[in-house]
Amino acid sequence: MGSRKVKVGAENGASLISDMPSFVPAGPVSNPIGTEGNDANSSRISDYGAYDHSLGFRIEDAVDLSRNPIFSSLKSPGLNIVPDLQFGSFSKTLASEKESQLNLPSSSGVARENWGESNMADASPRADTSTDDTEDRNPQFEAGQSNTKAASDSSDRSKEKNLDQKTLRRLAQNREAARKSRLRKKAYVQQLENSRLKLTQLEQELQRARQQGIFISSASDQSHAIGGNGALAFDAEYARWLEEHNRKANELRAAVNSHAGDTELRTIVDSVTSHFDEIFRLKGVAAKADVFHILSGMWKTPAERCFMWIGGFRSSELLKLLVNQLEPWTEQQLVGIYNLQQSSQQAEEALSQGMEALQQSLAETLASGTPGPSSSTGNVANYMGQMAMAMGKLGTL
Amino acid sequence: TMDRLSELAKTKAAVIFAKSSCCMSHSIMTLFHELGANPAVYEIDRDPRGREMEGALQKLGCKPTVPAVFIGGKFVGSAKDVLAAHLKGSLKDMLIDAKAIWF
Repeated sequence: MGSRKVKVGAENGASLISDMPSFVPAGPVSNPIGTEGNDANSSRISDYGAYDHSLGFRIEDAVDLSRNPIFSSLKSPGLNIVPDLQFGSFSKTLASEKESQLNLPSSSGVARENWGESNMADASPRADTSTDDTEDRNPQFEAGQSNTKAASDSSDRSKEKNLDQKTLRRLAQNREAARKSRLRKKAYVQQLENSRLKLTQLEQELQRARQQGIFISSASDQSHAIGGNGALAFDAEYARWLEEHNRKANELRAAVNSHAGDTELRTIVDSVTSHFDEIFRLKGVAAKADVFHILSGMWKTPAERCFMWIGGFRSSELLKLLVNQLEPWTEQQLVGIYNLQQSSQQAEEALSQGMEALQQSLAETLASGTPGPSSSTGNVANYMGQMAMAMGKLGTL
Repeated sequence: TMDRLSELAKTKAAVIFAKSSCCMSHSIMTLFHELGANPAVYEIDRDPRGREMEGALQKLGCKPTVPAVFIGGKFVGSAKDVLAAHLKGSLKDMLIDAKAIWF
């Protein structure tokens, strides 16, 4: 009896659903169960199927019947008026225990929790009324049946059981299918969201790339129109190359640390060198588009530019080189070039002086041990600024 | 303060507003000296009203605010502008026009 009650209670959840006007009725009575979406419940649902066989009640009958047994079973713990709470506690115990008997009421209880207060409100009056109907249970049950006579003899009951089994099983399967389709839909929606995000990212990248001109897509199309964009394009390409380079360096480091074999090291080293070939190619292409950008090193970091200057790279020297390379020169051109050389030399002098002053002040601040960080970063920023200036000069040539 | 600025800018043919801590100011000063000019240098970080003056320079569009160069009372620009003018050759002409140098 006890088990029967319990099992009926399992149907309770489903039947309550079918009674709820707000719910999608008929087939997918697995609604509440489905929305839970956890594996424990799904196993319970399959348990449902198993129990259906043994139950032999039809859903409509279960409606009237189930309430009573559940609540009467709850009566004993003394909580019949507030079945949901009991269900709640059941579901908790359920999570840890695999006792099938407890599973069903708790899952239906959980289902009821999912429905919320309104459901409870609906359920409780019925529960209350049903508790009064314990005497009427059998007649109600019998009235509900269309297939068999309301007799308490086991043969009839077993027949009913069989028929109801089929219905119940079908319903359970429906529930199962509905739940699965809901899960699939959820997964699909998530996939769509991901793709949407990826799409927006790609769009942004594309826009950036477009701004940088067709440089990337058709490297062969070196029209002067791309000139202005060539710098940007190169910057982007360089950034990407740098990333790739760091990745390869890490790879190499890891391989060395893990004492990889010689052949493996060789392959990694080869890939690194070929990667360098790539940057040289890129530089060559970019230089054709915008030589000043490459020469002035504006694509480098300020620190790198700083070192270029310290290393003695001067645009006036470049000019000296160029003069000899680009023969013949007209008088006018020669004069112009000479003047340019002169003025750049002067400017360079001035900048170098400034650089010296900076270094001196830096040394002073460090030596005096004043709050180093703030002033040193300031000085370093000045370094950078000066270098940027010096390099930018080349752009104005 | 704009008035004070323009006042100071007129005191000499070449005027540079600088900061003692700024290395670029130093570079520009060196350049002027190389060219033979003798600019008046006002270090605004040592001036009690330096902040206001810096604000006024900012309003003029000078970025970074120092060094700020005035030739013949006219605002020329920041270090970038001055260097560009020098490379073009116009700086020397400006200085000659303002009588800061003669050749």
